[in-house]
Amino acid sequence: MNKTIYFDNNATTQVAPEVLEEMLPYFHDLYGNPSSMHSFGGQVKKKLEEAREKVAALLGAHPEEIVFTSCGTESDNAAVRGALEVVPEKRHFVTTRVEHPAIWNLCPYLRRHGYKVTELSVDRKGRLDLDEVRQSLTDETAIVSVMMANNETGVIFPVEQIARMAKSRGVPFHTDAVQAVGKIPLDMSKSAIDLLSLSGHKLHAPKGIGALYIRKGTPWSPFLLGGHQERGRRGGTENVPSIIGLGKAAELAMKNLRDETTRVRALRDRLEKGILERIPNTLVNGDPDSRLPNTCSLSFEFVEGESILMMLNDLGVCASSGSACTSGSLEPSHVLRAMGVPFTAAHGSIRFSLSVYNTQDEVDFVVERLPSIVERLRAISPFWKDFQEGRPIALGRPA
Amino acid sequence: MWDYTEKVMDHFRNPRNVGEVENPDGIGEVGSLACGDALRLTFKLDENGRIKEAKFKTFGCASAIASSSALTEMIKGLTLEEAEKITNQDIANYLGDLPEEKMHCSVMGREALEAAIAYYRGASAKKQPADVVCKCFGITATEIERIVKENGLTTIEQVTHYTKAGGGCRTCHPEIQKILDAVNGTLKTEADEKRGPAPGRRLTNIQKVKLVEETLEKHIRPTLKRDGGDIDLIDIDGNKVYVGFRGLCSFCPSSEYTLKNYVEKTLREFVTPEIEVEEVTP
Repeated sequence: MNKTIYFDNNATTQVAPEVLEEMLPYFHDLYGNPSSMHSFGGQVKKKLEEAREKVAALLGAHPEEIVFTSCGTESDNAAVRGALEVVPEKRHFVTTRVEHPAIWNLCPYLRRHGYKVTELSVDRKGRLDLDEVRQSLTDETAIVSVMMANNETGVIFPVEQIARMAKSRGVPFHTDAVQAVGKIPLDMSKSAIDLLSLSGHKLHAPKGIGALYIRKGTPWSPFLLGGHQERGRRGGTENVPSIIGLGKAAELAMKNLRDETTRVRALRDRLEKGILERIPNTLVNGDPDSRLPNTCSLSFEFVEGESILMMLNDLGVCASSGSACTSGSLEPSHVLRAMGVPFTAAHGSIRFSLSVYNTQDEVDFVVERLPSIVERLRAISPFWKDFQEGRPIALGRPA
Repeated sequence: MWDYTEKVMDHFRNPRNVGEVENPDGIGEVGSLACGDALRLTFKLDENGRIKEAKFKTFGCASAIASSSALTEMIKGLTLEEAEKITNQDIANYLGDLPEEKMHCSVMGREALEAAIAYYRGASAKKQPADVVCKCFGITATEIERIVKENGLTTIEQVTHYTKAGGGCRTCHPEIQKILDAVNGTLKTEADEKRGPAPGRRLTNIQKVKLVEETLEKHIRPTLKRDGGDIDLIDIDGNKVYVGFRGLCSFCPSSEYTLKNYVEKTLREFVTPEIEVEEVTP
């Protein structure tokens, strides 16, 4: 097996060594409960609050606006359902067609419970239409939730403008910022965003820890009822080591933000440019002008994504795909479908997502090896030759 | 990550018999780009009527490529009578099994083989469109029934794994359930609910609007909603009903078909036979 080249950082990231080191004492020596009255627990509480300050600093928020959760999905659910609960008379939820399942799957659920749900559309580059956003807001709208950046394409949405639109109508605004935190600068002190979700394992903290930012004064009701932890906003004994890990990761993210937006961006651009130059009939999915610096979603026409992934896997390269076969469902990703990516390309989509731990050698290795993989699969594909010889791309049964 | 056997990975990494036989005796094509996998199988017979050469071209995942490769190896040297006895399970067994979610790859192999044999025999491999149950993937009742019987399937999920049917907009799930019930002998003989408007009944506008809303709510929406789809009533003008598809339905390549053959049919049945339905896109 080759050395692993990890280009799947939008799926999860490696725990930073500094993060792990910071966490370890809280498993064995300092195992006290932060709620305890003794100083053995009290010292843990102190450390926990330091972590809260670090996460708040990364967001430009106040520490008391941060609630720790178990993951991004919990943060998303808590944000939206907690905001809906305080305005039971308002029965309209606005979101987009390209949300992560943590929000997207709330749509059928809310419809079943009598809500009207508006799923905003996107164009071919995955961009929202701000006029459509404005027109979707009514007096019935209870909350608007639009992701800050898309996990599959990296497209960054104008959430600040949308938050201001919502605010002018008196509607709270939530953003799933799981993919954005640590990759683009954020400042809640100058923002109109009311609720923001983040996840630890996307920014080099462990899995199983997340946070929800709740702007002071936002009408919101707790999702997980229990003890008085998190000032009554999230019951359950705190996941102390992971919270401390998330704090350290937030501190590192602030330090690395420049690196993300310069060096990582340059690596991503080198990868993308190299592949586009070498592999014909390759499309970029998303908006090149407004994209996370680490994400590159490409579609290779007439081949299927899982096959590419398996061959990359044989080389030790980790990436992911929006193809039907990789999801275990039979249809390509809802994000690519919402963007209207043609079927010739949707099934052959590959996402590379980089991190500060990637190197130019790794990028060059993939740029060098990927063309022969796609070439091999195209040689097997019945459509490629048809396409090259100008025959219609149709086979067997109709779609 | 799929749990592929070594044999699947071997046939994926080193596919046998890739290409197209020159001047083939049989050509079988199944699948499409939209479906996410497609296979073109070609073969040539020797003077004794045995398959001398078989080649494939496949667009699809690792198991689709491996199933195609396996198929070409399996049929070489066989007479067509022998070859047509190969089932999708035989292909899966040859590969040391496939994950259940990937069984449709083996079914695709068998279908291509059948189509190629039918081509040789001069019969049209085209299926009866009236028989189509799953509009998203173009799967017929005959196909579903056969796969259910041959593989002893009992749930809709299994049918989807084996044939893809029901894996798209899901509006055909009740029909698939009927086939499952019929094959597995659990079909209940229940008196069909008496329904529909009395013939010749004249509706006032308000009655019509109410009836359309009621039919959407009671009969149409539950079917579409059975995961992710939905429909909104936009307007009613005379006998024209304007609707918008929501959720999964709005992406479904066959929403046009669903509109005419399901929504309109149901409204005609319950409201008045003159109803015409039109989709309003947002």
